[in-house]
Amino acid sequence: MAANEFAPWEDPQAKPLIRFRNVTKRFGEFTAIDNITLDIYAQEFFALLGPSGCGKTTMMRMLAGFENLTEGVIELDGVDVGNVAPNKRAVNMMFQSYALFPHLTVWENIAFGLRRAKMPAADLTNRVEEMLKLTRLERFSSRKPHQISGGQRQRVALARSLAKAPKLLLLDEPLGALDKKLRQETQFELMDIQEKTGTTFVIVTHDQEEAMTVASRVAVMDEGNLMQVATPDRIYENPNSVYVADFIGDVNLIKGTAKSIGEGQYQINWMESLPPLNAKSSLPLSDGQSCHLAIRPEKVAINAEKPEGAVNAVQGKVLDIAYLGNLSTYYVQLADGTIIKAQTANTRRISRRSFTWEDPVWLSWTATAGVLLES
Amino acid sequence: MRLSWFNVVSLTFGFVFLYLPMIILVIYSFNKSKLVTVWAGFSTKWYGELLQNEAFLNAAWVTLKVAVISSTFATILGTMAAYVLVRSGRFFGRTLFSGMIYAPLVMPEVITGLSLLLLFIGIGMDRGVMTVVLAHTTFSMCYVSVVVSSRLFTFDQSLEEAALDLGCSPAQAFRLVTLPIIAPAVISGWLLAFTLSLDDLVIATFTTGPSATTLPIKIYSAVRLGVSPEINALSTLMIAVVTIGVILASLVSKRNVANKRREELAAVRAE
Repeated sequence: MAANEFAPWEDPQAKPLIRFRNVTKRFGEFTAIDNITLDIYAQEFFALLGPSGCGKTTMMRMLAGFENLTEGVIELDGVDVGNVAPNKRAVNMMFQSYALFPHLTVWENIAFGLRRAKMPAADLTNRVEEMLKLTRLERFSSRKPHQISGGQRQRVALARSLAKAPKLLLLDEPLGALDKKLRQETQFELMDIQEKTGTTFVIVTHDQEEAMTVASRVAVMDEGNLMQVATPDRIYENPNSVYVADFIGDVNLIKGTAKSIGEGQYQINWMESLPPLNAKSSLPLSDGQSCHLAIRPEKVAINAEKPEGAVNAVQGKVLDIAYLGNLSTYYVQLADGTIIKAQTANTRRISRRSFTWEDPVWLSWTATAGVLLES
Repeated sequence: MRLSWFNVVSLTFGFVFLYLPMIILVIYSFNKSKLVTVWAGFSTKWYGELLQNEAFLNAAWVTLKVAVISSTFATILGTMAAYVLVRSGRFFGRTLFSGMIYAPLVMPEVITGLSLLLLFIGIGMDRGVMTVVLAHTTFSMCYVSVVVSSRLFTFDQSLEEAALDLGCSPAQAFRLVTLPIIAPAVISGWLLAFTLSLDDLVIATFTTGPSATTLPIKIYSAVRLGVSPEINALSTLMIAVVTIGVILASLVSKRNVANKRREELAAVRAE
């Protein structure tokens, strides 16, 4: 671990800011959160990612104090906060709808929490001005929420939730209401503000790109369970399950049976008529065990001729081409009907596409390009 | 858009149906003759006489007092009831409670009046201003509750959560955030309760005593002895007050809506 790299989760001495210990939450018969244990560290930008209904919002609402736990303990800075009311927690939340008070000005909205904390007038003014400056809202301080644009409202909501300098800031789909261009700008702004203030951020999102961009670590959730908690690059390159591999980004999933051919080396039998595929993995698989090979499309090369010395090569024909501007994705159909996606970067502006529909092509990838996953 | 002849006819009939009786009443209030049905020239003398009539003025004062007090109580109780019904989720007896709050809406007034009368007799309460106030509070709070709860249904609950999150106690959150936002609905609830109380005859008749004659009771009993031009004058005044109130209210709300829309547009354009 590099000395200047921020990775407290790899340090066994580090004390987490938030600890979920065997937390379960049921709504009647329905289990929203199923026995989750999770540590989040100070100054992290932590993303809870998953499809709607996976329990990510419930996790956040439990942290804010709006939902009670059915079982388990949540600790904030070493203190059990299970019975602490929302207004007594050093946690603030930025709501998906922003929840700006429509009858108050931008200034009053930001000052709202500070007034409840009975901050002296001079300090309060300073703090509000500081927040306005941080979020570049000075010009709008006397406007009401309906008199400003969506992007500005988003910044007011952020300023208001940061004003009390919480130990932990919760962001519920903070960029969901913005259009794509503004969302990308705002992502960097959020990261910048997080760094400047040193506040721990927990963000809930269903947008994987957003989670990957902003977060120091991502937790992928499904049906009330944590599927994987890791840095964005590990989630993408080393998914630990078929679910995570499939949920994050685009992937080819090839089902087969494993056969060990040496230390960490496997042959995957996947089709009677074709030679087995080669893959490296540290996973201990027994011979004949069924498994999935997950390969990202950009790691599959596409060629007209069979490449010399390729470890894995299959032949097929181009079924479809998705031109995305910067990238092109080729949908290649193999003899038995299986479709494998290969992606190439369009690095040159003026060039003819090498392949077109119905062209016979060879796909190839290295032994380490794919990830072996247990079925 | 051009109006078709069918629409013109329907509109005319509608307005005639609604306003012809009132127009006749207003015209005859300026009649010089004491006979209500004979026009004898223009005069405002009945307005002058009305101001001399102690009994009418007294009744007007009692009515106003009852209306202000009862609508205020009804607004407080009705808002609380609406808040509980909309916000507390499911609790034991919720359906019963909501059914019972709205029952007076469909209950015949005679029955409400009679049962209240029996109650007041039963507990030995002297009938007067106080009993009318209680009775009016009872039957108008359900109207307030309907108005306020329909506003609360569309209220973004995360606003209250945001208030709690920023350090408010639940009571503070209600006072500092919820109440200012639903204030227009609460005010219209109050106005509704106020007008209901102003023109109630049936329930007031049951629950009042000799010391507290409200205006509707006074007018009704006076009319039984024959319609006098004074009553026409009084009614015209009431119509005037109500009309001015309605026009003012709609102008204010129209201007507010227009302002808000303009400012929102400006905010979007400025981006």
